[in-house]
Amino acid sequence: MSTIILLTLTGLALAAMYFLLAAGLSLIFGLMDVLNFAHGAFFTWGAYAAWWTIGEVSSGPRGSTLGFLLGIVAATVLVGAMAAAVEIGLLRPLYRRPIYQILVTLGVGLALAQLTSVIWRPDARPFPQPGWLASTSTVFGARVPNNRFLLIAAAVAVLAGLLLFLRKTRYGLIVRAGAENREMVQALGIDVDRAFTLVFALGGALAGLGGAFGAAYFGAINPGLGSANLIFAFIVVVIGGLGSVSGSALAAVVIGLAQQFGNYYTTWAGDFIVVLLLAAVLLLRPRGLLGTLR
Amino acid sequence: MSGGRWRPFWPLAVLLLLLVVPRLDVRLPVLFDGALNSPGNLHLLAVGFAYGIAALSYNLLFGYTGVLSFGHALFFGAGVYLPTIALREWEWGLVPAIAFAIVAGLLLAAAVGAVSFRTHGVYFAMVTLAFAQAGAVLVGKNVGDLTGGEEGLSLPFRQLPNWMVGVVNTENLYWLALAVLIVVYALALRLVTSPTGAVWQGIRENEGRVEMLGLRPYGFKLLAFVISSGLATVAGIVYLFLIGSATPRAVSAEFTVTLLLMVIIGGSGSLWGPIAGAVLYYYLDERLNVWAASDAVADLPAVLREPLRDPLFVFGVIFVLLVLFFPRGLAGATFGRRLGPLQRAVGRAAPAPGIAHEGDLPR
Repeated sequence: MSTIILLTLTGLALAAMYFLLAAGLSLIFGLMDVLNFAHGAFFTWGAYAAWWTIGEVSSGPRGSTLGFLLGIVAATVLVGAMAAAVEIGLLRPLYRRPIYQILVTLGVGLALAQLTSVIWRPDARPFPQPGWLASTSTVFGARVPNNRFLLIAAAVAVLAGLLLFLRKTRYGLIVRAGAENREMVQALGIDVDRAFTLVFALGGALAGLGGAFGAAYFGAINPGLGSANLIFAFIVVVIGGLGSVSGSALAAVVIGLAQQFGNYYTTWAGDFIVVLLLAAVLLLRPRGLLGTLR
Repeated sequence: MSGGRWRPFWPLAVLLLLLVVPRLDVRLPVLFDGALNSPGNLHLLAVGFAYGIAALSYNLLFGYTGVLSFGHALFFGAGVYLPTIALREWEWGLVPAIAFAIVAGLLLAAAVGAVSFRTHGVYFAMVTLAFAQAGAVLVGKNVGDLTGGEEGLSLPFRQLPNWMVGVVNTENLYWLALAVLIVVYALALRLVTSPTGAVWQGIRENEGRVEMLGLRPYGFKLLAFVISSGLATVAGIVYLFLIGSATPRAVSAEFTVTLLLMVIIGGSGSLWGPIAGAVLYYYLDERLNVWAASDAVADLPAVLREPLRDPLFVFGVIFVLLVLFFPRGLAGATFGRRLGPLQRAVGRAAPAPGIAHEGDLPR
């Protein structure tokens, strides 16, 4: 019983991490038609930004609570700014040419991820966490690391915030309308280009946040962290339905749990089940769980 | 460039040059270490040829049929792993091991393609990614204790004929790689100029119209997929004999992305462009470290020196600059021919048969 609870909570934490990556990917694709291959690099940079900040702020091998909080803020802000810079500097000249934009994100992703390896060497680094975050709590007999709960809480907060933003604000309305019919929104005199920058920066900031929490989840960081998770995030986005935030959340839970339970029984079954799920969904319901057919 | 009528002949000139390279005892400082025909340089070129075969095979699918697959590494990986396993574990001879890899690669491609082509565009890319990722998981996690996991497997050299083994025989491997490259190039040329090739290019331009003409795109796309994947398996086999070991990178999604970079850098509108892109890619991958250690670079401040040392970083930057400022690739094909495939692949939904959609507008 305690094993099942542990696997469930760890699987949900994994789902939370995938969701933080997938939500941005899904919004960006929905609005801009761009599969953002730089998203994995954003995740990696979030992890490194948090790691660097904690190291600078805390003294001793354990990270301090203040350091961790500052690390999360730094990861979100820095990567959000990085994404905005990529969008304005490199994607904006290529508007209305999504193919070129995808290729640029491919190159940017490669270069940015590799830059972490240039600056901090390719080796894995342990991620210092404050004691309370690394220690465990007992839930029905299962000893679960606290960072799992924090990650789940963060993802739920992000999901709620995103849904509120999309449904209740003017900008959210523009993003939703733009995803449905961009030309019509433009014809109504609304500047969609600003929405592009906003969504790209928002997606980047969420990936940075995911990277910071992902670093705590894995307990160590390396330059390949983002690209390893990007594939699963793509799978989550496609299963959930391209452009649908709630679909991504639902798919993330399915994938996170399937992977965690599968990998418990044999080391490879979880990853294998996930890709089979993707193939099955694409063949039986290509629009994804909650996506609309377009 | 002047003298357009000489254009058809200059690939021939390159070919002649490649045929005499093993006899050229010249030194090209900075570009190559030592004599051009030293084993190290021949090996560098030969691995470039193996990548060239893989990039060429990818382009049959991507550039000529307009299909974006993220699963190509699966078939390259089959060419790398299956002969190694057959030789090591089952102690087969060299010829049966190679034949087994090719047949298995073709069957795998037929199965994966038959299922995946029920979807279109970006969804097809994702299904193929899923199949390739399944293969990468099986290899990386060492399922069945066959693949050596993350460590990979080395080729059992004792079971190979003597002419393939050792530094002194690098020249033989160079000839092998070049010969396979030429055969594959000729085959590809034959295919893309055949009626079947015409249908492939018709599918690339507009699948709906091909269907209107009474042809079933499914069968033609599947054929392109199986042939392209089979050639990728051949590339993997050549690569295996050059490198001497099988590592999980050969099956990874990153490798497929690398192939895509090679094809786009070379230009997907021609057969030789991707080969040039592949050779250039591997050459830079190997040489950047050497250049970074040279005096000219060592004098640079660390901020510039350290990134320049890293091939992948430099490649990413070059790639971005190329897309921004020089979007036609080395082969310089026209906008439409080069990017038509991706355009269709990322287009929103599958085109309804016979109905005009966004991509149909005259460019």
